[in-house]
Amino acid sequence: MDLLYNIFIDPFAQMAATPDFLLQVLWEGFVTGTLYALIALGYVLIFKASGVFNFAQGIMVVFAALSLVGFYEAGVPAYLALIMALGVMGVMAIGVERLVLRHMVNQPEIILFMATIGLSYFLIGAGELIFGGETKSMITQELGLPTGSTVVDVAGGIVILQHIDVAAAVIAAILVAALAFFFSKTRIGRALRAVADDHQAALSVGISLNQIWAVVWFAAGIVALATGIMWGARSDVSFALQIVALKALPVLILGGFTSIPGAIIGGLIIGVGEKIFEVYWGGLLGGGVEGWFAYVIALIFLLFRPQGLFGEKIIERI
Amino acid sequence: MNAAAPQPYTTEDGREIGGVLMEMKNITLKFGGVTAIKGISFDIQEGEIRAIIGPNGAGKTSMLNVINGFYHPQEGEIVFRGETRSRMRPYEAAKQGISRTFQNVALFQGMTTLDNIMAGRTLKMHRNFLWQLLRYGPALDEEIEHRRKVEEVIDFLEIEHIRRTPVGQLPYGLQKRVELGRALAAEPSLLLLDEPMAGMNVEEKEDMSRFILDVNEQMGTTIALIEHDMGVVMDLADRVVVLDYGKKIADGPPGEVQSNQDVIDAYLGVPH
Amino acid sequence: MIYREAGQFKTSYRQDAAIFPILQDRIAIWFYLFVAFIVIPTFGSDFFINSMMIPFLIFAMASIGLNVLTGYTGQISLGTGAFMGVGAYACYKLTTYFPETNIIILVLLSGFFAAGIGMIFGLPSLRIKGFYLVVTTLAAQFFLEWCFIRVPWLYNYNASGAIEVPQREAFGLIVTGPSASPSVRYLVVLSIVVFLTWIVSNLIHGRIGRTWMMIRDMDIAAELIGVRPLYAKLSAFAVSSYVAGVAGAMLVFFWLGAAEVESFDVNHSFLILFMVIIGGLGSLVGSFLGAAFIWMLPIIIRAVPKMTGLDINASTVEQLNFMIIGALIIVFLIIEPHGLARLWAIAKQKLRIWPFPH
Repeated sequence: MDLLYNIFIDPFAQMAATPDFLLQVLWEGFVTGTLYALIALGYVLIFKASGVFNFAQGIMVVFAALSLVGFYEAGVPAYLALIMALGVMGVMAIGVERLVLRHMVNQPEIILFMATIGLSYFLIGAGELIFGGETKSMITQELGLPTGSTVVDVAGGIVILQHIDVAAAVIAAILVAALAFFFSKTRIGRALRAVADDHQAALSVGISLNQIWAVVWFAAGIVALATGIMWGARSDVSFALQIVALKALPVLILGGFTSIPGAIIGGLIIGVGEKIFEVYWGGLLGGGVEGWFAYVIALIFLLFRPQGLFGEKIIERI
Repeated sequence: MNAAAPQPYTTEDGREIGGVLMEMKNITLKFGGVTAIKGISFDIQEGEIRAIIGPNGAGKTSMLNVINGFYHPQEGEIVFRGETRSRMRPYEAAKQGISRTFQNVALFQGMTTLDNIMAGRTLKMHRNFLWQLLRYGPALDEEIEHRRKVEEVIDFLEIEHIRRTPVGQLPYGLQKRVELGRALAAEPSLLLLDEPMAGMNVEEKEDMSRFILDVNEQMGTTIALIEHDMGVVMDLADRVVVLDYGKKIADGPPGEVQSNQDVIDAYLGVPH
Repeated sequence: MIYREAGQFKTSYRQDAAIFPILQDRIAIWFYLFVAFIVIPTFGSDFFINSMMIPFLIFAMASIGLNVLTGYTGQISLGTGAFMGVGAYACYKLTTYFPETNIIILVLLSGFFAAGIGMIFGLPSLRIKGFYLVVTTLAAQFFLEWCFIRVPWLYNYNASGAIEVPQREAFGLIVTGPSASPSVRYLVVLSIVVFLTWIVSNLIHGRIGRTWMMIRDMDIAAELIGVRPLYAKLSAFAVSSYVAGVAGAMLVFFWLGAAEVESFDVNHSFLILFMVIIGGLGSLVGSFLGAAFIWMLPIIIRAVPKMTGLDINASTVEQLNFMIIGALIIVFLIIEPHGLARLWAIAKQKLRIWPFPH
């Protein structure tokens, strides 16, 4: 009985008793979820345009952040370092297209996926070799990002909002809006959607796949840099982040591999869900459940809806 | 629809055609809002070669998928060997002796010809896990006994020379033949062939026709096939059922079907 | 001209169905076994045996486990590290409860626990395919890692949270613990690896192996032919996890001597996956080649600066190592997606017709 009480009643009683704390937890979950969603967005961009499941997206986040901080530490002014980090992501995008993707046309998806695992190892080694392996802190202030916090009175208590978190949410929103504009209004964005629909057909109307791939990887690189800055500001910049970045996978399961709104909603569900579970139920299991909760949710979800939240029912053909 | 049940008879070339092996009654199959098959009924007699023809999108492949349990019709029932079949998984259909080939060759690309045909005998092999671990005694005996059967099929289809070749490296015509071999290895009582001659040249078509006739004659296997080449269908089939837009528009011996006005309109309108 | 089967006629299907139908291959296998069992323990230095051969064999074993699942059945898994961990922790608990039982038997038994856990986490594979399955295996990986930390019963409530290998004897020799000699541990590991490789090879060449490959190549067609996906996939998960579990138990008991959760983390899952890819998906020989390559390469990279007299610090070497492995994986996938095993087969083919070009 005690156990049942602890599982089904006590957590809700706690939520009702201290609504301000619940709000705080929800907000924290929301911000984490935004960052998950941003990583997932990077996966979706590349998957949509090239059918490649880019395992290295999480590493690219760290790599981008590392190069930004690395340039700054080498004496480059913050904003110039930002531009140079963008340049690095551009070079990486072209490099990946020239050296990897171009040579792997028509390979099965699984081979491409494994190639991106190789890419992530390469980036980890290169990142540490060039910029040093030690943990770094993000140059938040130097980039003009807010650092303080505001205390808000709500629900008979207080909620603390870190300014950087607010900024993260705003930047994420701007990024998504910009991408949506890019996809629907620009020539290359339209070409990109054509490629996503059908490679062969796109080729036959004269769209250059190579160009599209480079552009998409660059776009994913920009998203990675933004994510890296936000994430770095909340914790530190190091490759230990890659484990956290893997959480984008369950996000994608929920949202589907090709849906941008799906990535966002999936990210928020996972972010909020795991925070709430950790705070209110984690204690029962001894804590640390954030490590696997997202995956187990995704797993259970898959058993009931293998096509994801926004996917259409799969009709098997032969 | 209300015609009397078909009777056993002997064909002109002396083959014995038995009673009804499988009967489809009012089958309707829908995918979401699309109706692929609308209330179709027909039967397959034991020992005959039954052709299903019709223009693209007529629902032929869907029909085969219904017969071997891959799709489940929303309405209607299937009677196989006198028993009404319930909703079943494909491997249960395979167990009842229904095997098939596919429109787009569905071989196991990474495996050799020999392994592909051995795969057709999966259901007939029963030695348990422990013997398999040791690959000794009964498990090895079983493997070799089935190998003998498989070699018979390989002989029959004249593909000895490609025994050890991974099927992914074979030309299309040979792949089709290996696929037929895989279906035959299961010693089916009902063999479903989905466009066995698609994409073949004249010579390959002649070979394949010969194999189909031989299978039917020598092994007495009942065959239901889908085919586009009308010449082939008219030569091979004992009876033909014609589908158009998911409906049955004709059913009978090739000659009769050929002169049916509906069929001519829908399908044979172009002079051959 | 040396390697050719001309003149070797098979007169029965039994001969043709042998795993090594060609005489030269049989001779080669006996030669390798002779080198492995006699030459290496006699002439190999302790460093060579302990730092190279033992881990190489253990990782090769784990690669074979993953290869059964990924290479032969086509189910990608990123949970190998955790399944190895299950074997190791199970073996540790078994030695606690049955201190008198021969440790080799316990190591072999511990694999069954991994097999059970593997089957549970394999259940989703019946509905879930491809990348989606990667996520469910990651669920296994992270959930099990969490268990290794948060369930103190698993490590006997040690303050350190680590499992430490007690000293055990078998056949009158000390085989585990700090005072066991490298040669003895090597021979035990080698025997287990050879035995399990033989078993897996038997499975692969029989009906069960064929159903795995059918599922891999075209699961729908396999089902239409009569393969029950439930049996085929779960048996692959069971065999794969069993082998990985035994590898994990060997890793701790015959090599590391003590282990924590870090020895079974997701990085090890990746490491094993790389061995399988580089070696060759769907090849047992490839599992050995891949393990040798991935394990030996860093040792060589570390040794090169010393030999050339260059002064490179250890972390730089480590980073270079990462880059080289990453780059090699990509290069391999581009040039030869079938891995070292295919190069091996091509070399044999060339040898068969040598000295003629065709």
